[in-house]
Amino acid sequence: MATELPRTDVIVIGLGAVGGVAVLPLVNAGLNVIGLEAGGWFSTRDFAPDEVRNNLRDWPQQVPKAKSEIPTSRANINFAANQGGGHPMMNGVGGTSLHYWAQSWRLNPWDFKTVSETTNRYGAHRVPADSTVEDWPISYEDLEPYYDRVEYVLGVSGNAGNIDGKIQPRGNPFEGPRSRAYPMPGLRSSGFTDLMSEAAKHLGWQPFQGPAAINSEVYGDRPGCFYHGFCDRGGCHVAAKSSTAVTTIPEAMKSGLLKVVTHARVLKILNDADGRVTGVEYLVGNQVLFQPADVVLLASHTYENTRLLLLSTSREFPAGLGNNSGQVGQHYLSHHQGAPVTALFPRNLNNWYGLPAQGVAIDEWADDNFDHSNLNFIGGGNLWVHTDRKPISAAKMTTFDLVPNWGAKWKAFISENADRTNSSYIQKTTLPYRGNYLDLDPQVKDKLGFPVIRITAEHRENELRIAAFTQDRMEEWYRAAGATQIIRAGLGGAMGPSTHAYGGTRMGDDPASNVTDRFGFSHESPNLGILGSSVMGTSGARNPTLTAQALAWRTAEHLAENWDTIAG
Amino acid sequence: MSNNKTRADEVGSGVSPSLSRRELLKGVGLTGAALMTAGSSSLSAQPANVVASAARIRVTEAFETLTAIESSTLDAFASRILPSDDLGPGAHEARAVHYIDRALAGALAASREQYSVGLAALESYSTQTKGKSFHLLSASEQDDIIDAMTQNATGYPALGAGFFNTVRNHTIDGTFSDPYYGGNRDFVGWDLIGYPGVRIMSTPQEISMGRDLAPSRQSAYDMPAHTKDPVGPGSSSKGDTAHGH
Repeated sequence: MATELPRTDVIVIGLGAVGGVAVLPLVNAGLNVIGLEAGGWFSTRDFAPDEVRNNLRDWPQQVPKAKSEIPTSRANINFAANQGGGHPMMNGVGGTSLHYWAQSWRLNPWDFKTVSETTNRYGAHRVPADSTVEDWPISYEDLEPYYDRVEYVLGVSGNAGNIDGKIQPRGNPFEGPRSRAYPMPGLRSSGFTDLMSEAAKHLGWQPFQGPAAINSEVYGDRPGCFYHGFCDRGGCHVAAKSSTAVTTIPEAMKSGLLKVVTHARVLKILNDADGRVTGVEYLVGNQVLFQPADVVLLASHTYENTRLLLLSTSREFPAGLGNNSGQVGQHYLSHHQGAPVTALFPRNLNNWYGLPAQGVAIDEWADDNFDHSNLNFIGGGNLWVHTDRKPISAAKMTTFDLVPNWGAKWKAFISENADRTNSSYIQKTTLPYRGNYLDLDPQVKDKLGFPVIRITAEHRENELRIAAFTQDRMEEWYRAAGATQIIRAGLGGAMGPSTHAYGGTRMGDDPASNVTDRFGFSHESPNLGILGSSVMGTSGARNPTLTAQALAWRTAEHLAENWDTIAG
Repeated sequence: MSNNKTRADEVGSGVSPSLSRRELLKGVGLTGAALMTAGSSSLSAQPANVVASAARIRVTEAFETLTAIESSTLDAFASRILPSDDLGPGAHEARAVHYIDRALAGALAASREQYSVGLAALESYSTQTKGKSFHLLSASEQDDIIDAMTQNATGYPALGAGFFNTVRNHTIDGTFSDPYYGGNRDFVGWDLIGYPGVRIMSTPQEISMGRDLAPSRQSAYDMPAHTKDPVGPGSSSKGDTAHGH
């Protein structure tokens, strides 16, 4: 039925944050690559400073395919799974890297070795008994060259904390050793972040400007950040945000070896009798096409990676491609980023024109950077405050129970306090657990009639204890900076759909508990590579994108260097 | 913004310079209420000068989704959520209801039914308990009814606190949105909270001025780069654009 197209070397499914990175090392090696992207192209003209469109109406996230395949979610099997109002990810060349906050962290070394480090320092009993966490098959040192590569290729700004083992005064003292500094200094501070930095120093903590895939100065042919205040869920109007749409993808296209196919909705990955993938069936408009290839790289984020494997059933893989182990969908987690603390200050903070990545971080309470001997959890949280405010969300500020939420008193309250509040962002160690998983929803289907992903997952004691502990540290920090009112959000429950979604196709040496090998290739279908945070087995206490991008470069480079073996 | 005439200016000049915008709208509301209660015969009761001046009004607002009485009820309701007072203009002057009316035809279409039922319940509770349409009550009477609504009081007919939250959210959206969307007329919302407006970039010196930074007084779509007009110098002149439509 499907029209068969001429063969290519490699298909990359999804040209977002990770697929958009992987194409570059592939074309650099002379391979012919076809990128299948469900969305279209956006330009700087699309990214107006418009809070209604970006933040109330979810444009452009609401645009094509993702909208009809929003995952359903439930905390555990005792509940019905419900579909939420929006998909965390968007379609488009560049994907969610078009509008993300662009915080571009390396994981700390501990995140790769959580089990062994915890066992060595505190004893094996301190790893939660219901967790399925494993050490990664690779270490921070294995990934360091790839972190370095993507930081320079994309353009990441930041202040190094550790260069070749030497601690630097303005960076994160807890980060792993890096081979050289960032290609650009960190984004500028603001009056508010300076205030918070001073307060942190009084507490004996080392604050630092967090790393961002946003230019702090001219980088290549792109300008530095304009600080206009619409970065949160907005694409960049001057292309200072280092999305793959303005970096690696156009760079790869210059070679003539990358063909970008937009509005291509992949239906199935096919395989032969040996279990090797043979190509991809996709829909454009009302036409179904078959694109044969020697190798397929799946790069469509955790939910869609898992879904496409589960939907790609065959005689060889009756439970889904590469899933004879039953591991596809297991070890899922979505990052505990909730439970913020919100503060009110006695003066204006002048936060109208910042961006979420213009923040100051504290890593003292993350990972194993502090002694857990007398605590009842492992891991921790990175404390983050940033400069970002827009008028509608400012007017919707909490009243701290000081006034009613309507009428003249409320009006006077927001008039005085709209620029006096701040809410923290605390990312916490999140572990995989037995009973937390992804599968296909038995009832809810997308517009084409294919089941959507069902999330069955909830945070456990370890996450909730970290949340309570880090809220205490956050309140301490705000109070030290002069906050007069504090409100804490609840500690969290269900692991709903998130941009920070991990697992489902976990990477590990043991095929009985992992979907891909240490290079990101399927244990069961060796010419199928999987890119994205779905291969990550731990979250760390910071944003996943740079790690997923470093892994993507590494997988693509491994493919190019071992072409004859992998492509067969 | 001298060229960006408000509807009040235009209507006012067509009727009587002495009528304030608020008084005028009260008059329009009375006419609406009379129409609802007295039937079509009351059409002839419309003041002759209003009818005569209609042709001279440049239309900048219409009821795209709301009925006339829904619009009056909602405007009065939004005006209690965010009132005009000594501190400055409120949701009424921002034309938050104009924003909501337009949004209900598009992005907020899913809320249209909720507005129909919710506003009818508010109006019905008002006439039952106070003997008058909601928008004709005094401010304190209106507040009593909103209290009954938010507390889901016994006898309150339908959609209490949930509808209040919807209207509160949308009133804020309309008051503080980019004026392109039909509210935040003359930037009254942004002025209220001290937001100095959208701009292409900001320097550390500008940011340090905070509330004292001179407001930019522009919509995102006054920026030529983000409109459907051909891109190029001089394709749009800042400040001459009438926001909303």
